[in-house]
Amino acid sequence: MPIKQLTVFLENKLGRLAEVARILKRENINLQGFSTTEARDYGILRIVVSDSDKAREALKKAGFTTHVADAICVGVEDRPGELLQILDTLTEQKVNIDYIYVIAGTRIVLSVPDIEKAEKILVEKGFRVCQ
Amino acid sequence: MTANEKFWDAEITTAKRGKIKEIQLERLKKTVNHCYKSNDFYKKRLDSAGVDPDKINSLEDIEKIPFTTKDDLRDNYPFGLFCTPQSEVVRVHASSGTTGNPTVVGYTKNDLDMWAENLARIMYDAGVRKEDVIQISHGFGLFTGGFGFLYAGEKIGSLVIPISGGVTERQLKVMKDYKSTVIACTPSYCLYMAEVAENIGIKFEDLNLKLGFLGGEPWTDSMKDEIEKRLKMKALNSYGLSEVMGPGVSCECLEQNGLHINEDYFIAEIINPDTEKVLKNGEKGELVFTSLTKEAFPVLRYRTKDISYLIDEPCACGKTFIKMAKPIGRSDDMLIIRGVNIFPSQIEEVLMKVKDLEPHYLIVIDRVNYMDKIEVWVEVSEKIFHEKIMDLEFFEKSIEDRLYSSIGIRIKVSLKEPKTIERSEGKARRVWDKRKA
Repeated sequence: MPIKQLTVFLENKLGRLAEVARILKRENINLQGFSTTEARDYGILRIVVSDSDKAREALKKAGFTTHVADAICVGVEDRPGELLQILDTLTEQKVNIDYIYVIAGTRIVLSVPDIEKAEKILVEKGFRVCQ
Repeated sequence: MTANEKFWDAEITTAKRGKIKEIQLERLKKTVNHCYKSNDFYKKRLDSAGVDPDKINSLEDIEKIPFTTKDDLRDNYPFGLFCTPQSEVVRVHASSGTTGNPTVVGYTKNDLDMWAENLARIMYDAGVRKEDVIQISHGFGLFTGGFGFLYAGEKIGSLVIPISGGVTERQLKVMKDYKSTVIACTPSYCLYMAEVAENIGIKFEDLNLKLGFLGGEPWTDSMKDEIEKRLKMKALNSYGLSEVMGPGVSCECLEQNGLHINEDYFIAEIINPDTEKVLKNGEKGELVFTSLTKEAFPVLRYRTKDISYLIDEPCACGKTFIKMAKPIGRSDDMLIIRGVNIFPSQIEEVLMKVKDLEPHYLIVIDRVNYMDKIEVWVEVSEKIFHEKIMDLEFFEKSIEDRLYSSIGIRIKVSLKEPKTIERSEGKARRVWDKRKA
């Protein structure tokens, strides 16, 4: 089962990321991990949180544009070669990764065009796919 | 005058062109005489141009009369252009005066009645009747919008709600509870109301609104389509300005392809704003109005700065008054970007056709390294937000391409967070020119 990650549109200006963090804190939502991608004037923030529905509602109310997307979450050990194993497995099966980042608890979040298929591959190869 | 089923005053609004011109000439003579005899400014103006008020013999003679401009109004602030003793004046209205002295206009009792008649005629002919409930969301006060519709609505005998602008949630509640059928406000406010309605769960299909008289700012056909789609009503372009009278100078009929000018009260001309030469029907230029019956504040060839053209062809609605095209902007709103002339309405026309784009925008102009830079801000709503930067960049690019193919210069599209662009309860601010800051 893919996890839900929340995507937030942020203008590239002072204090916007802090505002997101402030709202999550106020709502007592735990931020497990995040990544950002930036264009020139804006960026996209991807977050994995303890309660994505609640987080989305709170952010929407504060005027942020949000989007919920599926992603695959894989647990790894904190040692050399862990990432490579996943990458090799997916490469062999010709699965291209759109983006990838690390979240707390040594877990890797990644997105691919066909999430269901990639998840199946990883489970079959014995990776610890988290929900 | 007696109203029939279709027209408030069929005798005049469907009269032969010759008859209308006859009335115009007779009233023009009277107005020029009135100005000349009652006001020093006009007397001097006409004398210095060699115009003898008793020698206006044809409508073409109007071209001998000098233009009146907003500066003339400002220079004669506050009451210098009134043409009746102040004791006859029962009302003033004024512009906000953000760029200098306000322009103040006055009305006698007859003037107010004439104003009501002009607008009542327009509204009745578009289908407004006694049984209608008219919500006036234009501001009341020195602005003419609110009062014009109040008088006209009462004259027809409709129920008028003078709610004025603002407090949008309450507006919508009133609209629902009082079952408003007609609304008068600015087009940008309609779209703001649509947005608020969505947020608080009011659906326009459940309301009774059928007709909007919208004006106070230039707006495009695509904005009209958007308003009609979202508010589930017919949106008519209503035109007027306080210097000439207020709302009621001209308005679209239900055919929606031009605004009939109330020609028995006003003469419209189109001039080249640079050469001041009068242009032919169909040629685009600056609108100029002469009032024909006003007492306290008549105007002779007032330059509106609004850009339009005249349409002299029969209209399916049956009225014989000439039409003006909806103004595409004001000559002082025209942007010159790297030598190309652009009206904000051209950009709006493109933006409003972009699927799922929120109908709010701001054009931002700056000069960077001696080069004019133009960008247009639009907001990222959930409808267009996908989780990848690529998708957003593609979206920006697709709008930029559409702007380029329709206007001919590159305009950068800049995505902003929701509600970044100021919402307007009156006239929307569409341009932020940092070069002037």
